[in-house]
Amino acid sequence: MNGERDWRGLLFVGPFLFLYSVILVFPLFRGMWLSLHRVDLFGDGHFVGAGNYVRLAHDPIFSTSLMNTFKVTLMVVPVLTVLSLLLALALNNAGRGAALIRGIFFSSAVLSVTIVTLIWRFVLAPDAGLLGELWQAMGWEPLAFLSDPNLVLPSLAITTIWWSLGLPMLLFLAGLQQIPGDMYEAAALDNASRWGTFWRITVPALRRTIVLVIMLQTAAQLQIFGQAQLLTGGGPSGASRTAVLFLFETAFGRWELGYASAAAEILFLIILAVTLAQYFSTGRATGGQSGR
Amino acid sequence: MPSLELSHVRKAYGATPVLDDVSLAMEEREFIAFLGPSGSGKSTLLRIIAGLETLDEGEVRLDGERIDTLPPGERGVAMVFQHYALYPHMSVAENMAFGLRNMKVPKDEIQSRIAEAARILEIEAFLERKPVQLSGGQRQRVAIGRAIVKHPKIFLLDEPLSNLDAALRLRTRLELAQLRQRVEATFIMVTHDQAEAMTLADRIVVMNDRRIQQVGPPMEIYGRPANTFVARFVGSPAMTLAPAALVASEGPFATVRLGDGSEVETRILRDALPGGEGLQLGLRPESVAVAAAGSATTVAKVQLVERLGERSLVYAHLADGLQIVAEDEGLSRVKVGETVGLRIDGGAAHLFDAAGDGHHPEAAA
Repeated sequence: MNGERDWRGLLFVGPFLFLYSVILVFPLFRGMWLSLHRVDLFGDGHFVGAGNYVRLAHDPIFSTSLMNTFKVTLMVVPVLTVLSLLLALALNNAGRGAALIRGIFFSSAVLSVTIVTLIWRFVLAPDAGLLGELWQAMGWEPLAFLSDPNLVLPSLAITTIWWSLGLPMLLFLAGLQQIPGDMYEAAALDNASRWGTFWRITVPALRRTIVLVIMLQTAAQLQIFGQAQLLTGGGPSGASRTAVLFLFETAFGRWELGYASAAAEILFLIILAVTLAQYFSTGRATGGQSGR
Repeated sequence: MPSLELSHVRKAYGATPVLDDVSLAMEEREFIAFLGPSGSGKSTLLRIIAGLETLDEGEVRLDGERIDTLPPGERGVAMVFQHYALYPHMSVAENMAFGLRNMKVPKDEIQSRIAEAARILEIEAFLERKPVQLSGGQRQRVAIGRAIVKHPKIFLLDEPLSNLDAALRLRTRLELAQLRQRVEATFIMVTHDQAEAMTLADRIVVMNDRRIQQVGPPMEIYGRPANTFVARFVGSPAMTLAPAALVASEGPFATVRLGDGSEVETRILRDALPGGEGLQLGLRPESVAVAAAGSATTVAKVQLVERLGERSLVYAHLADGLQIVAEDEGLSRVKVGETVGLRIDGGAAHLFDAAGDGHHPEAAA
């Protein structure tokens, strides 16, 4: 009876387990295996041990791409978190107008990266773009947002923030709806100022959502690729080459699959470490706070 | 001078009126209960006093000072919410200190007020716990504590006992009564539970249909209901209202005939009644007794017997089909389906005229 029940249960999770193994587990281990080999598309290659990793450690292009990725992540995540929280606070009411504006702000999130970069090309182009026109109207010299090494990463960050605003805003809105209204009424009777109510009631109640948004966005921005690939192709002279763009170029430009896999493993470990660090550093503060 | 005074308060949500010309005065240290069914406007009235709702017309004055224009935190009132509304991320002590800090009360005074409230409410042991670690009854005490530390002029209690189980509710009711002796403040409690209102309040404000129906001490509300709504709403089981017609009689008191032909001699002055149709005789269960054939004034067919222990309630139909509730002794031998004699105590009966207004026996005055 017991054994029978066991394999029947397996039937229910079987389809998921199969897809999970084929799409996630197998490539994960295949990637690890590849990273220990010197391999191209034509054949199995040969085992080089930690050779690829040693090469990466001395590859200035790879380390620059990692630095670029960190910089963009640091530019995007704090601004995105604060901005989406402010938007959610402003739009957290039942009015029809707010619903419309929520929809408009979320709409950028459903666009594909191709369209997003196309739009921002028009905005950022120095001679004919929106910002260029603006600069000229003010009588200033137009800025070369995408070809100035100092401006290209901020430009990438702004594009990304514009594109990514929808989901965190939605998460914050959901979090805000969870806060019971009588909590604010109690705060009003406790003579709390708007600022005090925000810091002592709203922010603590949103703590889990804030952690979630930061973790999701950090993991997402460390993998930033499409914007860099389509807006700048990594230029000027590698100033906007991100880690995943490096991976892409190595794997599908130079066909060094083993070397690219090693870079992918390192990026994977970095994302894992950052996410776990965020999880544990905030886990204690948010534990045991469910209920009222 | 009255402590709290509401005058001609009106409130509507869009086109839906919720309070219609409500006026009321409360004495200092009085315990007032707003009693009424859902949608009667009682909670809205409490929230207007708290400042959580605005009023469309009228005034609210506290100790002579107009407060309806002030924000909630500056009115000198404290509220205990139905679902407690404790701040989940703050400890019990922090919950109580939050309001005091906002009011810039000195630190050592905050400490002493919390200690005092914790002692009164016996919550000293959980001052450092979070609300989630407390039981329902403990949270309730913390919610009361958060109100006490503010030393408010008025305590507003919004259905304070409705979230507690039956046993805890009785205990907390007692504790509220004791708390009231120790705290110098006016209490206003919203409830739909008449037992809470009857046992705790000095005066009950019965509300229905956006208006105050009657204001008075509990026994006056019970004994001399102003109209048919109060008569039916207060008292459990509800008062029986039987259509009745005046008949000629000797003396100053009215005698009425019920639908089944039986006559009841009341102790209500006939001259005080308006003429015409539409009279209703009001009978509490305790003024209708199951009686032997000799002393019975009418007969009824038994539908249901509720045995409550010390007494039994007999739900029966009169000959004309009217349902009446009578009382019998705890060990009643009345059975469902039987026809029993009923003795109606006309001296305790009430009369309601066509407008629904109550007329009561002289003796009870």
